[in-house]
Amino acid sequence: MRKDYNLSKRRYVIGGFLCLIVAIYIIRLFSLQVSDDKYKENADSNAFLRKIIYPARGLVYDRNGRLVVFNQPAYDVMLIPRDVKDFDTTALCDALEMTKEQLAEKWIDMKNPRKNPGYSTYTPQKLISHLSQEDYGRLQEKLYMFPGFFIQKRMVRQYAYNAAANVLGNIREVSGADVERDRYYRSGDYTGDLGVEKSYEKALRGKKGVEILMKDAHGRIKGKYENGIHDEAPVSGRNLTLSLDIELQKYGEQLMQNKIGAIVAIEPATGEVLALVTSPNYDPSLLVGKERGKNYKALVADKYKPLYDRAIQGAYPPGSTFKPTQGLIFLQEGIINLKTMYPCYHGYINGLRVGCHGHGSPLSLLPALQTSCNAFFCWGFKNMIDKRGTKVAEQFEKWKTYLVQMGYGYKLGIDLPGESRGFLPNAEYYSKSFRGPRWSANSVISVSIGQGEVLATPLQIANLGATIANRGFFYTPHVVKAVADTVIDAKYREKHQPKIKKEYYDDVAQGMRMAVLGGTCRAANLPGIEVCGKTGTAQNPHGKDHSVFMGFAPYHNPKIAIAVFVENAGFGATFGVPIGSLMMEKYLTGTISAARKGLEERMLNSNTILTSGVTKH
Amino acid sequence: MGLQNIDRENVSVFRAVDWITVLLYLVLVTAGAVSIYAASYDFDNASIFDFNEFSGKQFLWIGLSMVIGCAILLLDYRVYETYAYPIYGCVILLLLVTIFAAPDIKGSRSWLVFGPVSLQPAEFGKFATALALAKLFNSYNFVLNQKMSNYFRALIIIFLPIILILMQRETGSALVYVSLIFVLYREGMSGMVLFSMLCAIAYFVVAVKFSEPLIMDIPAGEFSVLVLIAVIYCLMLLFYCRDIIIARNVVIGFVGTGLVMAVLAICGVTVNGLVYFISMFVLTSAYVLVAMFRHRIQKFVITVAFAATSIMFLFLVNYVFGNVLEPHQQMRIKVALGIEDDLRGAGYNVNQSKIAIGSGGLTGKGFLNGTQTKLKYVPEQHTDFIFCTIGEEEGFVGSTAVLLVFAALILRIIYLAERQRTPFGRVYAYCVVSFLIFHLCINIGMVIGLCPVIGIPLPFFSYGGSALWGFTFLLFILLRIDASRKERRD
Repeated sequence: MRKDYNLSKRRYVIGGFLCLIVAIYIIRLFSLQVSDDKYKENADSNAFLRKIIYPARGLVYDRNGRLVVFNQPAYDVMLIPRDVKDFDTTALCDALEMTKEQLAEKWIDMKNPRKNPGYSTYTPQKLISHLSQEDYGRLQEKLYMFPGFFIQKRMVRQYAYNAAANVLGNIREVSGADVERDRYYRSGDYTGDLGVEKSYEKALRGKKGVEILMKDAHGRIKGKYENGIHDEAPVSGRNLTLSLDIELQKYGEQLMQNKIGAIVAIEPATGEVLALVTSPNYDPSLLVGKERGKNYKALVADKYKPLYDRAIQGAYPPGSTFKPTQGLIFLQEGIINLKTMYPCYHGYINGLRVGCHGHGSPLSLLPALQTSCNAFFCWGFKNMIDKRGTKVAEQFEKWKTYLVQMGYGYKLGIDLPGESRGFLPNAEYYSKSFRGPRWSANSVISVSIGQGEVLATPLQIANLGATIANRGFFYTPHVVKAVADTVIDAKYREKHQPKIKKEYYDDVAQGMRMAVLGGTCRAANLPGIEVCGKTGTAQNPHGKDHSVFMGFAPYHNPKIAIAVFVENAGFGATFGVPIGSLMMEKYLTGTISAARKGLEERMLNSNTILTSGVTKH
Repeated sequence: MGLQNIDRENVSVFRAVDWITVLLYLVLVTAGAVSIYAASYDFDNASIFDFNEFSGKQFLWIGLSMVIGCAILLLDYRVYETYAYPIYGCVILLLLVTIFAAPDIKGSRSWLVFGPVSLQPAEFGKFATALALAKLFNSYNFVLNQKMSNYFRALIIIFLPIILILMQRETGSALVYVSLIFVLYREGMSGMVLFSMLCAIAYFVVAVKFSEPLIMDIPAGEFSVLVLIAVIYCLMLLFYCRDIIIARNVVIGFVGTGLVMAVLAICGVTVNGLVYFISMFVLTSAYVLVAMFRHRIQKFVITVAFAATSIMFLFLVNYVFGNVLEPHQQMRIKVALGIEDDLRGAGYNVNQSKIAIGSGGLTGKGFLNGTQTKLKYVPEQHTDFIFCTIGEEEGFVGSTAVLLVFAALILRIIYLAERQRTPFGRVYAYCVVSFLIFHLCINIGMVIGLCPVIGIPLPFFSYGGSALWGFTFLLFILLRIDASRKERRD
């Protein structure tokens, strides 16, 4: 009996074994079902075909409602590698008008995980993008011969004008890094590259829609999932209205032909950029379609750097266009008043010499602006920085602070990618480069006339023009006037006011008016329009001086402020002033008066690149 | 006991029957019917009562199984005992006939076809074998451990159907009978046999599964098995031989030298693990054998022999796996153990079933909302892989509940088994327990990727009349025997 009793205890071993197994299975179920999401995703990719419906990208208009950028269908050859059976490569090559080698190359690229990070044999892969309409037609007829292949319609950009490529930008396929940064993108999507296409990507791209279809184990579509209640309709991208006047932009680009440089025109009252010309530029249509990669490479390799937007990325010595800022600072600081006279004996001679040109001496601020006298501003700068009872560094920082308020030294914040901040030295910078605090106004005197260490973008200089035109305030320049159904960013509606009295701006504006009437800018004197201006002749280490002009018009109630930079073209008066004045005339009157046709002709046909003296770009 | 007695019994059988078991059975069968309905649900067209559908047919089988259940309960309990051997004989004959009469379906000859109805005799072999085994143990003065010939007789009853079913090429169904080892264990077979079998399976799986990386110059699997053998060796000294001092000294020996090896390894000197372990086993065994003279010899000899056999078994596995098996056989074993991913072959089913179950989450996607099963990603989803449907649609909660109901049923049957007054009832009940444990462990283990893919159904759930009826026979005969246990006078 005892033996039997022992044996009946074995039920606990058997029961225990069962319980152990059940416990292990429950733990396993927990790890499969609750703690691991992998299987859920697997199940979705198993059972659902998420068909992406691409929205139309937003259109782009200019300030006058002219359509600038629009969409056109293009066709991509897609395939699902797993479904591809043996096919006649020759027939495919014939249909696509390409050689077997080209096709093989595309095939290898498609499978290359670095070029195509999303490669999988189960999902649609892009073999060839941007078929032409003819290729598409030919292939469509023979498509039945190539199982696993299909054609996907996509929208590509078309440009109504061969202009403003630097502002418009273009679209490209997303890179692996884009996909990682923003989960909205999937491999093969397009995203904006450069220009407003990039900076307004989120508004332009809209929202992709999705249609969720069920597919069974054999890949057959079994209809919409739950009658489509989880489907999402695509939302079209928002249309942009640029502040650019596309005709003015195009005119500016024509004027800048065969020249290197930039033009920035701003509507002072709003900060809206009317034209943002960089030269040399390129046809935006180059970066569309099959040839995009090749053309892009060529543009990158071009020694004149057409992809470099000189209007906002180029940092140049501002030269004499900087002098109005100095006048404003000296007036505000009480260093000078309108009666203060400084001598000029063909330059500033005070232990060192800064040359100048022939004009009366001594002279006060307004004639100094009119004649662009170097000596006057050197004296003013010296009197401010070396002011008795103050420290050089503190005075210099004060000087710098005014300039920062005027938009120098930092990015203005235009709504385009890649803006440069220019350069303003600070006291520390000089203490470092002079190895100690033993420097004075004379050591850095050239900054007072916009040379030396100071660098500014054409945009910053145009912004100065706008600020003077407004007599003391500016709005951050921007190229997009409106985004459909939304308001533009608050930072473009915020007034910036340097801490300088309005009356001093009136004085400086008067000086700039005098420069046009009887000074350096006489070529800008338009009939019937009171133009104000300031030339600049910026010395630089590359070749001839840069020809610079900064101005606005009309004198009262200004409608346009402008900065022109022509690299290595000589005096400001020779290219900067004429081009600036033609732009203003074109914008304000819509045409060029007969008397000035000759000037226009000369500007359109001149080639400053040949005469620049620059041997190496 | 006269006629009146039988009449009275017939009336009272429904009162005496164990309603808890019946209830658990009904719960499982109902859940099974619902699952099959869900698994075969087609988005385009569905009708419960269309008998061309799997679910429709299954409802018919369920209805008929209820009738069978009642009929079994109405029969006299002595019928089963009296006719145990004839029933067994008939079923064996049927299995034999099947080998020749059955058409070849995917390489297997296990289905007898009668017009529109197919029967799988192997499913009915279970209750017949259980009856025969119970009858054997019920023989007068039968004690399993008394004579070797008793083992022999029991093993003949068990292996006869195994051989016949193997000849039908239904390996899974044949393996089920191996589970009857639990019955032998309950009836007195040494626990060492059961323990050795479990160890052998564990050694094999671990040794084959981990060929990388190398630890002490031998594969990690081999190393792990050697460590496992050392651990079992120490535990046996402690619990089986009950000698704390010897066990302690051996543990100190292993741990101490193990630390020395680890330090050497850090210093860049690697001692071959095989050399180390074998010399350690030889040294400690010598110590144990010398020290044991103070005690009873037998258990120490068994312990040392067990360790020695284990090491030899390990070599044998390595040799057989590497040198005897053909590459494709190696591959099949590796896939079954999850070493190689064969997503197109056997691995495909398991991968898809893991995806289906895993996608169910905590509470599941809801009845008839499972995408993986509806869209036919899981093969055999209404038969062997029916558990996927539950996992996907009812989630962790539902699948755990099913497991627990099964566990409750089996534990209940163990309870019933132990309250039987005759070896007949007890052995029969343990046969039921063994079959159910084996089916449950292998089927669900396979679906959740823990066991190799062996095609056997989930009792009461998987589609198919034969399997359902087979288990109904098995369970209701037990209930009938149990209901009459008080009237027995033996």
